[in-house]
Amino acid sequence: MNQELTEEEKETLKHVTEKLDAFEKHRGNLIPILQMVQNKLAYLPPEALKMVAQHLGILESEVYGVATFYNQFRFHPPGKHPIKVCLGTACHVRAGDIILENFERKLEISDGETTEDREFSIERVACVGCCALAPVAIIDDTVHGHMAPSKVEGLLLRIKLEEEMEQREKQKDASGNS
Amino acid sequence: MRPEIHNKIDQGFDAIREEAERRRAAFRDAPVPKIHIGMATCGIASGALETRKAFEEALENSTVEAQIHAVGCCGHCYAEPVVIIDHPDSGFPPIFYHEVTPGKAKMLVKLFLEGGDPRFEHVYGATRENDLIPSVTEYSRFNQERRIVMEKCGRIDPEDIYDYIAEGGYSTLAKALKLEPDTIICEIEHSGLRGRGGAGFPAGRKWKLARSVKEQGKIVICNADEGDPGAYMDRTILESNPHQVLEGMAICAYAVGAQKALVYVRSEYPLAVKIVTNAIRQAEELGLLGKGILGSAFDLEMDVFQGSGAFVCGEETALIRSIEGYRGMPRHRPPYPVQKGLWNQPTVINNVKTLASVPPILDHGATWYRGIGTGNSPGTAIFSIVGNVVHAGLVEIPMGVSLRTLIFDICGGIPNNKKFKAVQIGGPSGGCLNEDFLDTPIDFDSLTEAGAMMGSGGMVVMDEDTCMVEVARYFLDFTQKESCGKCTFCRIGTYHLLNILERLTKGEGLEGDLELLESLSQDIKAGSLCGLGKTAPNPVLTSLKYFRDEYEAHIKEKRCPALMCRALTAFYFDLERCARGCDACATCCPVDAVFTTSNRKKGVDQELCVKCGECLVACPPEYDAVRKVSPPDLVPHIEKPPEKKQEGQ
Repeated sequence: MNQELTEEEKETLKHVTEKLDAFEKHRGNLIPILQMVQNKLAYLPPEALKMVAQHLGILESEVYGVATFYNQFRFHPPGKHPIKVCLGTACHVRAGDIILENFERKLEISDGETTEDREFSIERVACVGCCALAPVAIIDDTVHGHMAPSKVEGLLLRIKLEEEMEQREKQKDASGNS
Repeated sequence: MRPEIHNKIDQGFDAIREEAERRRAAFRDAPVPKIHIGMATCGIASGALETRKAFEEALENSTVEAQIHAVGCCGHCYAEPVVIIDHPDSGFPPIFYHEVTPGKAKMLVKLFLEGGDPRFEHVYGATRENDLIPSVTEYSRFNQERRIVMEKCGRIDPEDIYDYIAEGGYSTLAKALKLEPDTIICEIEHSGLRGRGGAGFPAGRKWKLARSVKEQGKIVICNADEGDPGAYMDRTILESNPHQVLEGMAICAYAVGAQKALVYVRSEYPLAVKIVTNAIRQAEELGLLGKGILGSAFDLEMDVFQGSGAFVCGEETALIRSIEGYRGMPRHRPPYPVQKGLWNQPTVINNVKTLASVPPILDHGATWYRGIGTGNSPGTAIFSIVGNVVHAGLVEIPMGVSLRTLIFDICGGIPNNKKFKAVQIGGPSGGCLNEDFLDTPIDFDSLTEAGAMMGSGGMVVMDEDTCMVEVARYFLDFTQKESCGKCTFCRIGTYHLLNILERLTKGEGLEGDLELLESLSQDIKAGSLCGLGKTAPNPVLTSLKYFRDEYEAHIKEKRCPALMCRALTAFYFDLERCARGCDACATCCPVDAVFTTSNRKKGVDQELCVKCGECLVACPPEYDAVRKVSPPDLVPHIEKPPEKKQEGQ
């Protein structure tokens, strides 16, 4: 799946090009550069990988080989609300996989994917380090401990409701100002 | 070394220490209560940020003043968010409160800080002995620990270097700089300190080898690429007391003659990265790192490298490859990294806990350290104990304590009156031990002998509801994904192991599968280059050895004795107990698999059921009607009434 870059992303990509020059053309900088790009763009689109390869003077396949080796690097744009389900040992023992399945079923995507409207994405992570709260899911940056399958729907619903409320507020403001 | 340099070091450090003590005294003597909040990742995950905000808001609206002191993690994860309130005017000693929610925080400000009533029902204990409140040291979770590495964790602000210095920090570095490097190495060697990353290689010997290499440009690397799912000791130490690690690194670099040091931290630990980066900067500002440390001739440049999340990079040669910008694949040793490491320079790689042990050892002496723990494994071990255990969290104990003491005394045993089944030590490379091993002392050699290993210190306790076949499958799934692919046996062998285990958990096991698992495991161990492949079959081999009957039940009877493997279990409702008209289970079912029978009781549509167990939790205890059975054909047949037409149609 290769999605077209959005206008906003193209703009960020230009910004990334400028930042690249700050890195010495040294192979050891490959991973720090990829981390920087992902930090800016939230994922590594093919265009960015090409740029990195040119900057360091190495083959694109080399860059791709390194990027795919590490779990940190993502090749799909994440959703607006990334969902990370912990599948560390403690969460596994307390049925974290069922939580993951519930998210997958509700959003109709599997882990590593993003919903078509780019609202949600699901990712499995190996231990976020709050094992005492197992099973754990992280939505946006909030950690939700002691997850249960029935909580999944409520959480998703809450995000949607909050968004609707925000929009309504905005509309109110807009109509109030006009 | 010349005495004038000794004087210079002493003077330089004394000035810093005096400043730290002055700041500490100003904080301590301020006539207001102090609120210490644990703010490491685990605390924040449990809501410490909200708690802190609640305290701040409550204090703003309050007549009393108080100081909030953000500290690291004290290891008591089960009790997070943890708050210690020191309110001398109330006449009470400092009090340890657990699970402090924002509501509790506001109440404590009002009733304790303003009213002087500590609310005994919420008190966990006092932090020291006194006549008014029972002390936390009366709990075995507190008094059986022996803290060397984590001594200051949870007591100091990790983002303030002076807090560490006021507790005696960096004095060992100042002392070490006045010693000959060989004296330091000798002391470490004599202390018997073994590498805490898992393999247990004597740290002193590694340093000696590095020192003997004549080449220039040596590098020291602190390995904090903690990839074990379920282990977070290194992260906690870096987040709670980064300076002790930096001090240990500086001493190591001085002893082996390195001028460059790197902390290799996982990028998945953003808070640890931030805190360590900040700590390095602070230490440089005070001249404790950088050029001419404390006026001596010793330079040390320190940096952070963010690991990108590959389990195999915990292996030292793979770690080096990843810093060099390649795929993190291990290479053959020798040459060892101490001879040819990063950028082909001699490189010493030590684990976070090893390096953090160095300052206390030099401070108190090798003989003191040898007096703790066992003969072959001196010192302490840090475990992150998780899973089915009451007081989960980080525990630092002297080596040689038995598993039984650790799990049942210190960590409070198994919750919900369940029976202990197994303990998994050492993460994906370790093994599962059963009840017979509970009296095994915890040290490098005893654990290896039992078939598990110390590993980096992850420990998962499992109760009777955990299926060992499924646990073995889980770990294999992890190592299979993390195998770098270099060695054929590891790459393809783990894949086949996983396939067989998956078959077993689905009830599709065949006669002869167990023998195949065993022989394949031996081949993978023999045919792999690095620790990942050599230890990957351990969870399978140990669980096969100690829980063979469970494997056999999966194959012969298609039954999961622990009722965990989802393909081999099924739910139904006991119609004798099911309450007419109750809808608790039906409303919580995420897939609408619960139907109502003709006499208004419930049944499960086995085709739809995903076996999440939610109905089991939802069913009111007075009915207790949900039954889980294995194999699934034990489910009695319950007639599903024909679909009723929607009303109004």
